[in-house]
Amino acid sequence: MKATAWMGADTVKVIDVPDPTIMNARDAIVRVSTTAICGSDLHLYHGYIPAMRKGDILGHEFMGEVVEVGPQVRNLKPGDRVVVPFPIACGHCSSCQRGLYSVCENSNPNAGIAEKIMGHSPAGIFGYSHLLGGYAGGQAEYARVPFADVGPLKVPDEIPDDQAVMLADVFPTGYMGAEMCDIKPGQVIAIWGAGPVGLLAAASARLLGAERVIVIDRFPYRLRLAAEHTDAETINYADVDVLDTLNEMTAGRGPDACIDAVGLEGHHGNTAMYAYDRAKQATRTETERPFALREAILACRSGGVVSVVGAYGGFVDKFPMGAFMNRSLVMRTGQCHVQRYTRPLLDRIQRGEIDPSFIVSHRMPLRDAPKGYKIFQKKQDDCTKVLLKV
Amino acid sequence: MSRVETVLLPELDGPASPILPRALGLLSLALGVGALAAPRPLARLAGVDDSPAAQAVIGAVGARELVHGVGLLSGRRPVGWAWTRVAGDALDLTLLGRAMADRRGERRRRLALTTAAIAGITALDLATAIASGRALRARARVIRMEIAVTVNRSPAEAYRFWRDMENLPRFMAHLESVRADDLRRSHWVARGPAGRHVEWDAEIIDDQPNRSITWRSLPGSRVANAGRVAFVPAPGDRGTEVRVQLRYAPPAGALGRAVAKLFGEEPEQQVRDDLRRFKQVLEAGEVVRSDGSPNGISVRQQAMQRPAQPLPRSRR
Repeated sequence: MKATAWMGADTVKVIDVPDPTIMNARDAIVRVSTTAICGSDLHLYHGYIPAMRKGDILGHEFMGEVVEVGPQVRNLKPGDRVVVPFPIACGHCSSCQRGLYSVCENSNPNAGIAEKIMGHSPAGIFGYSHLLGGYAGGQAEYARVPFADVGPLKVPDEIPDDQAVMLADVFPTGYMGAEMCDIKPGQVIAIWGAGPVGLLAAASARLLGAERVIVIDRFPYRLRLAAEHTDAETINYADVDVLDTLNEMTAGRGPDACIDAVGLEGHHGNTAMYAYDRAKQATRTETERPFALREAILACRSGGVVSVVGAYGGFVDKFPMGAFMNRSLVMRTGQCHVQRYTRPLLDRIQRGEIDPSFIVSHRMPLRDAPKGYKIFQKKQDDCTKVLLKV
Repeated sequence: MSRVETVLLPELDGPASPILPRALGLLSLALGVGALAAPRPLARLAGVDDSPAAQAVIGAVGARELVHGVGLLSGRRPVGWAWTRVAGDALDLTLLGRAMADRRGERRRRLALTTAAIAGITALDLATAIASGRALRARARVIRMEIAVTVNRSPAEAYRFWRDMENLPRFMAHLESVRADDLRRSHWVARGPAGRHVEWDAEIIDDQPNRSITWRSLPGSRVANAGRVAFVPAPGDRGTEVRVQLRYAPPAGALGRAVAKLFGEEPEQQVRDDLRRFKQVLEAGEVVRSDGSPNGISVRQQAMQRPAQPLPRSRR
């Protein structure tokens, strides 16, 4: 089959690989119909996530048709149309049973490496480095889905791929980012990053009753999407000072909750600040560029919540612990526990409360994946979200 | 949570081959006392009663034997004391050889008999010294570990799965098979490098249903080992803390190196991996496999990941 493979920093290729097969009784094989490039794929693309190997198949956002199931998969049959959550979760460990699917205790066969870096291992993720399992991803014609009796959600015919594939990652991730803010009536939510997750976090904050939503980015076309589709106010940090502006907008209180939808490859309006972390990251003395996180902590009202759904991989410098501690802030984090959200969010889509596909800017065939990565990386052609059609 | 008691293994925990050094110590004492108390009859018996120096030499030998005897019976450094006996034997044999060179007839016959007796004792001393040394080194090589994992299943379920010893190879990666011969005894076959096998028999020596299982290899196994697994209810209704204690003594030489390879450079990590697989099998029903780790969790495999893409047909 054809598959999108990581071939080294800033290089992906569509290559021929063997078709996947059932390896375990709870596996299913899915013929992929639509798959997406995620912002976190760019972290892999740039080589910031350790433990990638040349030839790794990328992609953790995908959906398609079940073509084969293992003997223990009784809820699915060939022909079912499903969307697959990006965390691989067994469904039976105590984490899964508490709904914490992205920290499934069993699904990372390379848990030993992850423990050395993170203390304990999170769940395995499709196409997301050997640190998180060494699973082949879904930017391919076929994908093997472990624990298919737990993860995949059947999608009704009337929901198009472009909407359903959002349930694999970005919509639940944005939604969880907003949910972790524990939004109460009258609250102001600020969101760093107007990429797919930030935009869907803004839309979700609206669904969850936020009074005002403020989105911060530097790309006018993305801020325009936020204003048009989520009725958010926007701040372009290239033009104004974010902390001053937020204080002004909230009459000095600061936002009640701040969502970091940027993660480890942040950008900063101040050239010197940006150069400092960029240089440290390039020399591997720091693995992240945590501008958004630092700013979110400084901006947040005392006693408020900082919700982190942007992806981090290692260690950050200059963490404003003094502000965080002295002002009674709460931080909530996590790779999204997607399996928890797929059903209720599909219901919201079916009820017409939201169409998450407003973020999609590009659709192209799988063979054009290298081009998709390039324009997404360079933010060319007003790129927000690339879907690959198989 | 109760702390797991140590499983005792006679080969590893008993006093180091206690009988022979003690016997030799008593022999030394007897010889020493005899030589000091009755040098004259002893000189006659050995066929050296014609020499004026004989009684003085026999007295000195007797005093030396007393030193060996006290040293060996003290129980400290038995290996070193056994070697002092071998050195004393060598000295005695040299003296006897000299004495024999200028004697004829009855005296020479008696000297020959004495030399034969001392040669026999030398062989025994040498064997004892070597065996005590080996035992000591084997005890120094003993590997002990205590590793635990929390499994989201009841103690009864975890116990039941482990108690069926034939299930062990499903999660212990280095085992090829375990055959239960009866309710207590089992035959274990472990995979070694280059297709070699290491086999041993084990028996369950303590079985507390739903609480713990203790086993050890039968005496004479080339890889003496013992283990105990305890199934302790995890606090907060979170299943079971499975606490494993393992001890084994890899033998010396080529087999020892094979056993060492079997467990890799980090034996604890291997057992940790085994327990992860145990958890996977009990909770998820299967050993979790990915394209990069197609054989499931294993430290060795983590270091040598294949690309995350489906296996070629030839490797399925």
